[in-house]
Amino acid sequence: MTIDGSWYLTLAAVLFTIGAVGVLIRRNVLVMLMCIELMLNAANLTFVTFSRELNDIGGQVAVFFVLVVAAAEVVVGLGIIVAIFRRSVGTTADDPHELRG
Amino acid sequence: MSGPLLATVSLPDLATFLIAAAICVAGALGVVFGRNPVHAALSLVLTLFGVAVLFVEENAQFLAAVQIIVYTGAIVVLFLFVIMLLGVDRTERVLADQFRGQRFVATGLGALVLAEVLLLGTGHWTTGAHATTGALSRPLSNVAQLGRAIFTTYLLPFEITSALLVVAVVAAVVLARRFDAGVDDEAGTADPPADAPRKTEVGKR
Repeated sequence: MTIDGSWYLTLAAVLFTIGAVGVLIRRNVLVMLMCIELMLNAANLTFVTFSRELNDIGGQVAVFFVLVVAAAEVVVGLGIIVAIFRRSVGTTADDPHELRG
Repeated sequence: MSGPLLATVSLPDLATFLIAAAICVAGALGVVFGRNPVHAALSLVLTLFGVAVLFVEENAQFLAAVQIIVYTGAIVVLFLFVIMLLGVDRTERVLADQFRGQRFVATGLGALVLAEVLLLGTGHWTTGAHATTGALSRPLSNVAQLGRAIFTTYLLPFEITSALLVVAVVAAVVLARRFDAGVDDEAGTADPPADAPRKTEVGKR
């Protein structure tokens, strides 16, 4: 018999929490984006687990779409970081505070 | 809870899950507490790989392959590329508070989130409808099944995904452009003295 679904859900909860705490305590925008990826992966793990538990392929399709959205999000996020970095000095979340308008 | 569960689980499954879970958590902690952004990105690879192993364990082989190819092959490489491009691969103090008590508030909120999700995750959660879009137990491979679901039931979201990707590409191109009023890109970069007035102009906008 395979591992019970609640174990996967517990692991996903732990991963999500680590990602959320990372977003809250880190100041480097790049690392904050990585922590968002961590949370997305925790959600993906939950989707696949429920897909198995409920015997439904829809959960895996949802993960497929999450992957696409994550790729788009990273592209736009990194573009914004590069644009900010080109105009000012740093990549911490506090550096754009001097933006006006 | 874990006592009767352990008796019914086969040893290879258990070992795979425990090792992959340990790899996942170690990588996640490395992302959060790594001082160097490059190390954080490499720790992210560790976590993504562990999640891919868990996908295989849960019979989602196609998603495991895509996880490796897209996440590890494209997204993390993109992260590393930007880190190297910006030259921010130096260490920083991870636990420096910007606001007073930021760490403690973050840890408290994290504990709250963990408790809530664990409460939800270990309760009676398999109460949803079974197999409304397609059962997993049909005699098809995982890839065939997923492809059939995407191109029939989920065709419209799939098409909208292409629009999303186009928007993302256009956004990346627009964001990466230099906005020089009246000066085209090559002249702007080849003319260093024009740099200072251009910057003030950009700042005014």
